[in-house]
Amino acid sequence: MSSVRLLVGTRKGAFVLTSDGRRERWKVEGPHFGGWEVYHVAGSKANPERIWASQTSSWFGQVLQRSDDGGKTWLAVGNEFSYEGDPGAHLWYDGTPRPWEFKRVWHLEPSLDDPDLVWAGVEDAALFRSEDGGKSWQELPGLRLHPSGPRWQPGAGGLCLHTIVLHPGDPARMVVAISAAGVLSTRDGGSTWAPANRGLRSQFLPEPEAEVGHCVHKVVAHPSRPDVLYMQKHWDVMRSDDWGASWQEVSGDLPSDFGFAIGVHAHEPETIYVVPITSDSEHYPPEGKLRVYRSRTGGGDWEALTEGLPQAHCYVDVLRDAMTVDSLEPCGVYFGTTGGQVYASADAGDTWAPAASNLPAVLSVEAQTLP
Amino acid sequence: MNPASTAAASGSSAGAGAVGGASAVAARVRVRLPAQLQKLAQLPAEIVVQVDGAVTQRAVIDALEREHPVLGGTVRDRATGKRRPFVRFFAGESDLSNASPDEPLPAAVCESREPFVVLGAIAGG
Repeated sequence: MSSVRLLVGTRKGAFVLTSDGRRERWKVEGPHFGGWEVYHVAGSKANPERIWASQTSSWFGQVLQRSDDGGKTWLAVGNEFSYEGDPGAHLWYDGTPRPWEFKRVWHLEPSLDDPDLVWAGVEDAALFRSEDGGKSWQELPGLRLHPSGPRWQPGAGGLCLHTIVLHPGDPARMVVAISAAGVLSTRDGGSTWAPANRGLRSQFLPEPEAEVGHCVHKVVAHPSRPDVLYMQKHWDVMRSDDWGASWQEVSGDLPSDFGFAIGVHAHEPETIYVVPITSDSEHYPPEGKLRVYRSRTGGGDWEALTEGLPQAHCYVDVLRDAMTVDSLEPCGVYFGTTGGQVYASADAGDTWAPAASNLPAVLSVEAQTLP
Repeated sequence: MNPASTAAASGSSAGAGAVGGASAVAARVRVRLPAQLQKLAQLPAEIVVQVDGAVTQRAVIDALEREHPVLGGTVRDRATGKRRPFVRFFAGESDLSNASPDEPLPAAVCESREPFVVLGAIAGG
């Protein structure tokens, strides 16, 4: 029988949750790296027993961990993330130039077919790649050296590259998202990049439809239709049907179009999920009701999914990497909260139950579907 | 017995001549680690590293990172070589955090009578 493994990064360590294919009872193991922030834990698509974890601390910097046995044991691998050449400067919050400085790894994106190949999105925003399982890291400097780079400015969480979308049909194509620069895409494996923000509108910008400067929170795609991208922006839920060349708003009837996380159903490329959050100053669900919203039309029309979720006095947040799906039938949907719950739905979102409670604030959740 | 205690009890191979200048004899320097780094590197609270030449902050941390690569980048930034802001260095009662990394460490550290202490700033309220 198939099983599911959830890889959970939190403010105080990593946890591994496992269940059989019924996804009713979850075994919780951890914390791994207790006391450290774990921004992201991601498993190799080519070898699910290989897992990477970004372990970070304001005191002791960045550590990269790797497991080759499904998260039972871990080995620290390379943590040297050096920008190529003179790193130059981006804009600071006050509009003055600020030298690029590595702070942490926000997101790890393993290759679709090579167990030794993994990408890392880091703060200050840059893209790194390892071809030896994480032992050594090389920057793809063409991204940071894009002519718009000196105009990139951090969002409240820092100038972070938090999203990496690989194109399953063409390894040379990749989309990344940076807060607060926006989306950039490459068609040549990362040598050159172009902003992909046409159609985004951000009222906080002096020029709301600027080429860069948008606070994109998360971008996802369905593997069967990789040219269709879905985005949760700071405000607005967006959709692109041409791999980021243009975007249309699909917020529709959501109670709030602010949020961080967005997910796509494993088998229905037009079924997407978001968790509306009240506003950028009130990082909790509207009316204190934790609701996942599902659209079966690729956005625009949304339904609230509430069964099993707290519908009163709930003031948690769901962060950008904290929602995921498995590939079982029916599709499992998962998300973690800053209140330390991991909620699981084994029926595509119709009903929910906690897979874990009282964890540290959840930063990321990834699902591995195991044979 | 803690290996560091053994080293301390047996004395240092570095004489006073090592202080402030290069020595032909390697110094065995005691280093005390904060709990987080002990756990990360699976080490006891105090270890001994071998320092060739002048015993300075830089030389001790070079040795620490060489002998325990998992600690690379954890007490000083890899790119700039600067001490991480929430990490402090002490020897005895002296706060050496803002001393030059190339300044000789006190004789008590060079001679293994005192450890070189790496300390994480306290957090909480």
